[in-house]
Amino acid sequence: MKKALKDIFGGFGSLVTGMRITIGQFFKPTVTLQYPHQSLKMAKRFRGHIELVRDPDTGKALCFACKLCERACPSDCITVDGAKLEGAKKKSVTAYKLDFTKCSLCGSCVEACRDGAIRYSRDYNLASLNKDEFIMDLFEKLETEAKADGFVEVPKAPVAVAPQVPGLTPAPAASPIAPAMPLAAATPAAAPAPGPAAGTSGGSPA
Amino acid sequence: MTFVSNLLSYLATEPFRLVVCLLAMMAFVGLNAAYLVWVERKGAGRFQRRPGPTEAGPAGLLQPIADALKLMSKQLLVPAGVDSLLFRGAPLLVMSPALMSLAVIPFSQTLTACRLNVGLLMIFALGSVNVMAIMLGGWSSRNKYAIISAARVVSQNVAYEIPMLLVVITLVMVSGTMNLNEIVNQQQGWFWHWNICRVWVNPLMPVTFLIFFTCMLAETNRAPFDMAEAESELVAGAYTEYSGMGFGVFFMAEYANILLGCGLATALFLGGWQSPIPGLPGGVLWFLLKMYFLVFSVVWIRWTFPRTQFYGLLNLSWKILIPVSLFTLVLTSGMLKLMRHFGFGV
Repeated sequence: MKKALKDIFGGFGSLVTGMRITIGQFFKPTVTLQYPHQSLKMAKRFRGHIELVRDPDTGKALCFACKLCERACPSDCITVDGAKLEGAKKKSVTAYKLDFTKCSLCGSCVEACRDGAIRYSRDYNLASLNKDEFIMDLFEKLETEAKADGFVEVPKAPVAVAPQVPGLTPAPAASPIAPAMPLAAATPAAAPAPGPAAGTSGGSPA
Repeated sequence: MTFVSNLLSYLATEPFRLVVCLLAMMAFVGLNAAYLVWVERKGAGRFQRRPGPTEAGPAGLLQPIADALKLMSKQLLVPAGVDSLLFRGAPLLVMSPALMSLAVIPFSQTLTACRLNVGLLMIFALGSVNVMAIMLGGWSSRNKYAIISAARVVSQNVAYEIPMLLVVITLVMVSGTMNLNEIVNQQQGWFWHWNICRVWVNPLMPVTFLIFFTCMLAETNRAPFDMAEAESELVAGAYTEYSGMGFGVFFMAEYANILLGCGLATALFLGGWQSPIPGLPGGVLWFLLKMYFLVFSVVWIRWTFPRTQFYGLLNLSWKILIPVSLFTLVLTSGMLKLMRHFGFGV
């Protein structure tokens, strides 16, 4: 009898305790992260896919297309292209493609890079219905990010054409060679135009 | 204005009043069933430190509508080999007693669909139909889980009907009537006139309320007594074979029964529409406040306690609730006799 009564009162007490605890939780703030609307910031050492590192002053890539990463990659997923730009001391990267479908995230490329020009990104939202989205143009990504962060896009000097432009003073020398300029400038209307205009507009051959 | 009042008085005449009351009750039950699901899901979320539904509409308020549309647009499957008549009839049978019982619940002094002298008796008579409907649904499904669930429902409800009725008999002895309006009227005044606090008639009155509430949880098959729909053991119990709105109706009936049970507990023990302080005007708002507080407690209990085992469930009823309620019954009748003898009115 004594034990039965003790069971009843003890049991009822434990029920009350349980309900007190849950109502306490009820009034505390929620801890859910609303994923598609919010997302976690990944840890500093999160190893996502690689990305190019930007020069904080110019907004350009630090990479000078030495292709060490391309060679270090065991799965052949990196393709780098570079060219020597006019007036630059080193080569500059002009294309950097990562085929993420093949990448095993081993990190050999980052280890191989001597100048810290590539690093792991903290991007983890990597889901797509289309395989092509995983062939990433990291160079383009860097350029668009730089633009978004307020770096003015410096008009690129033509890669292939630039060395062919003769003369140290482009203004007077431009007119005789004008027909040799790229298509955009070679229209009949543009042909008799003053030299400097034609010279500068021949910017991007692509 | 005269037009409106004419219309109202016209609607209050008998055949129209019936239709209006029926429509209002069905709308009330439908709305509540839909939004109690929302309350349940929101509450479950908050108890587990999650926000619950948030995407459909502000604070997920359109979620019940989306759920209802989904259920209604689904095909009603009738599996081969089921007892077709019973299988189709069970959802109707489970919903209608809850709706009918709601007719005698006094929402306020004037807002009662049907003032019945034996209102309380009617609720308990129809309450058993609800059990039978779930049993029939499980029985006719031709499904092992459903049949186990049907057997559980019956034994559980038989076990809990007894203490509930004993408690209600206690209360009827104290009130001297089965008319719910009358019972609420007797609880006028300060909140210690409510039946739950009338300890001078029966020192165990609060315990009586707890027994009633526990039995109500068991009768409506709510956690921690949801043996009929024990997902982890019986898929969905008696509702396993039901699809679309067939399941939806069972689901609505569960909430309708919760509403009815909480409304009944409010009227019997918590003073119904009476305000707790004599100065404040009573009314339907007080009733709804008390009823929804009890409904919230039901959700609160569900997300606090794990499901009991079946023998635990029956032990609780036969070894604790029935002896205690029998004791309160004897105690109350003794006290009433003594008080009459010594000339105290109750």
